Amino acid sequence: MEYEEAKTLIVEKLMKKQKSKSKFYFSDLAKILEMKPRAAKKFINQMVQDETLEYWSSGSTSMYGLPGTGKQAAAEHED
Amino acid sequence: MAKHETPMLDQLESGPWPSFVSDLKQEAARRAANPDNVEFQVPQDCVEDILGVLELSFKHGRTHWKHGGIVGVFGYGGGVIGRYCDQPEMFPGVAHFHTVRVAQPAGKYYKAEYLRELMAIWDMRGSGITNMHGSTGDIIFIGTQTDQLEEIFWEMTHNLNQDLGGSGSNLRTPADCIGSSRCEYSCYDTQALCHDLTVEYQDELHRPAFPYKFKFKFDGCPNCCVASIARADMAFIGTWKDDIKIDQEAVAAYVGGEFAPNGGAHSGRDWGPFDMEKEVTGLCPTKCMMYDGKKLYIDTANCTRCMHCINVMPRALRIGDDRGLSILVGAKAPILDGAQMGSLLVPFVKVEEPYDEIKEVIESIWDWWMEEGKNRERLGELIKRQGFQKLLVATGIDPVIQHVQEPRHNPYIFWNEDEVDGGWDRDIDAFRKDHQR
Repeated sequence: MEYEEAKTLIVEKLMKKQKSKSKFYFSDLAKILEMKPRAAKKFINQMVQDETLEYWSSGSTSMYGLPGTGKQAAAEHED
Repeated sequence: MAKHETPMLDQLESGPWPSFVSDLKQEAARRAANPDNVEFQVPQDCVEDILGVLELSFKHGRTHWKHGGIVGVFGYGGGVIGRYCDQPEMFPGVAHFHTVRVAQPAGKYYKAEYLRELMAIWDMRGSGITNMHGSTGDIIFIGTQTDQLEEIFWEMTHNLNQDLGGSGSNLRTPADCIGSSRCEYSCYDTQALCHDLTVEYQDELHRPAFPYKFKFKFDGCPNCCVASIARADMAFIGTWKDDIKIDQEAVAAYVGGEFAPNGGAHSGRDWGPFDMEKEVTGLCPTKCMMYDGKKLYIDTANCTRCMHCINVMPRALRIGDDRGLSILVGAKAPILDGAQMGSLLVPFVKVEEPYDEIKEVIESIWDWWMEEGKNRERLGELIKRQGFQKLLVATGIDPVIQHVQEPRHNPYIFWNEDEVDGGWDRDIDAFRKDHQR
């Protein structure tokens, strides 16, 4: 799978789920890409670098989301 | 005059022990006086607000902190933990008050000058409050605002050559004991291995893709000064294969009272004359020692290298010369299913650069855990759920006697297809020659 194809796939799937969910585990993204974790990580890292995705962390657990989505941004006085 | 009344916190200062409340008050007063003319980039009175919010939490009996968020430095998924106060109008100085984890130097060696430089950044761009060291081992900076994070990161990396630590579903900042730099018990150079693996696994440290946190800890000997066996998903504990070296003359000197046992650690009162049976041989967990009044004997084959005898008589007994480390896996704190100690996976491996054998084990474990681990499942929980045998298959390590906790109770033996001649396929005609329908 090419990077652009992976990016489109992730953005489409995450947008579809926006109503119920805005933060996703790494394994959710790997499943969308149908890739083994290590291969998926390369694409997902790149998506964070080009700001297609952003990290969210509770301190103990990390998740991923589309930038600016979810109520977190507003709740954190970040907007 | 304090910004907030804190009667309950004040009471915490009344005991005979050092008080974090006194420390906070001292720091609040220092920031108010500002003798060093620091150009504070976060509210000058933020420490007053920490005291205020803590007092309110005590009054209400519940926290006023929220945690978690999108904050961090660009490209890093860990190292910064978002903290927010749920009473920002009452305590504006701590409305956002993020934690920054700073990777501790190996063995926690640093110069006073380095600490001053670190604090110059933190006094200006943060609250000035630290936790040296957090239970993670990191240098913890407590409290800064979002717009200061990139500035802090830039100054630390560019001016101090200092990286952030791990948090979230990452490899956490690897932690080690002082190792052979100052300790005669150390069976390998913990700092060299800790540093090498930290550098090798930067991607795992900063870009989260694990199901949950993952900790490496390095102990030079089984005394386990960094408690790797109790805390680390992978514990690297120094050990040796040959005999404990015995200096019989020094043994006699301990018996004769010439040397204080345990390096004089119990010298606070008179415990009577040294008693070899009560203090050493009788406490050996495997009873592999004998003292005949003149000579001390150790049956190496039965010694588990618990370190007790060496700790009691360090001048008489020394670790062996054929040194390496054991790898234990799966320890964790009690959030789910109770606390778990590490299980022995690799009884002995030589510690030799470039540590390929060790890295092979690490990477095979990660591959297995990343594929099979559920979200928020620690390695120890996966081992418990799928069985230690699955871990052995995943790592390609042959079972050895040290992997067996106790003899099995179940009389059935379950074979895998590849362990049986011909697998599960059989020639039914050949079978029928000897067996009627």
